[in-house]
Amino acid sequence: MKEAENNPIVSLIASIVSPFIMLFGLYVIFHGHYSPGGGFQGGTLMAASIILIRLAHSGQTGQLQFPATLNTPLGSLGVLIYYGTGLAALWWGGQFLNYAYLPLAQAISWRRSWGILMVEIGVGLAVMAILVSIFDDLLEDNSYD
Amino acid sequence: MRVVNYILLGVFFLLLIYASTSLFYRGDLEALVNREKSPANSPNAAAYYIRHAYHDTHSPNMVTAILADYRGYDTLGEETVILTAGLICFLLLRRERKKKKKSSPEKKQ
Amino acid sequence: MHWELELVFFSILIILALVALTVRNLLTAVVMLNVFSFLSALLYVVMGAVDVGFTEAVVGGGITGVFLVVLIFKTTRRSVD
Repeated sequence: MKEAENNPIVSLIASIVSPFIMLFGLYVIFHGHYSPGGGFQGGTLMAASIILIRLAHSGQTGQLQFPATLNTPLGSLGVLIYYGTGLAALWWGGQFLNYAYLPLAQAISWRRSWGILMVEIGVGLAVMAILVSIFDDLLEDNSYD
Repeated sequence: MRVVNYILLGVFFLLLIYASTSLFYRGDLEALVNREKSPANSPNAAAYYIRHAYHDTHSPNMVTAILADYRGYDTLGEETVILTAGLICFLLLRRERKKKKKSSPEKKQ
Repeated sequence: MHWELELVFFSILIILALVALTVRNLLTAVVMLNVFSFLSALLYVVMGAVDVGFTEAVVGGGITGVFLVVLIFKTTRRSVD
């Protein structure tokens, strides 16, 4: 399967469809307050768009958009954003993960809203990077055939 | 053995059907789960969320408010589990490739 | 939703699960599981749990199918070699 050349139709369709899936994933993350969705679903959609590119283009071409060395650092960064939000609330005098103490806005309800957004960004980043990382790990030792 | 499997499957199916007959109807306001006060006259958590979620967090989607704000620790643990799963996959599946890449030039030499 | 339509969907779910259990070809089983995930996502949405349905459609219909297909290809190729 690996030695077959890239099918031009498949790679063209994947190149056309993949940005829209990525855009929809970002929409799901950032619009999670108002519509169904959130960090997990949006991150999974973004991972699906990246995996689609990797399925269509074999070898190094699929790695151009999102290199495999970026997987684990981005996943750890997403989890660190989550923990950092909780620790920031702890730093400014509240309890762990109590967003009412984040100095992001005046009203407490808006502070909680911005805290939810930060947490969702962290979750989306972590889920995207880790799903792509699992996919890469599964396809990793492919070099012998 | 296959016959025993199917018999067990049918018995379990009938058991589930029997158990589902005592469930309340979907969206039933008079069911015990959906009341604002429990029979012991203690307040129900779901009623609090439905009343106060928008006022507390300015997010009309209650599910997001509950998952990320009221139950933030839960999502934190979920994130840690996902990261652990990814790292375990990394550790288990990358090992072979590194050995091969390190060992293959030695074999050629 | 009308209860007749829901009954049809639930029976299709049971049939899909049985087919995925008993079929010999593994790719067919994966596709059956994907269809199962999408149908259960539709049922979740009908029951009012939109977020759960969205998650089920995205994870069960997209990512899990890709992972399982990749695993099947890897294992069969290794046995061919």
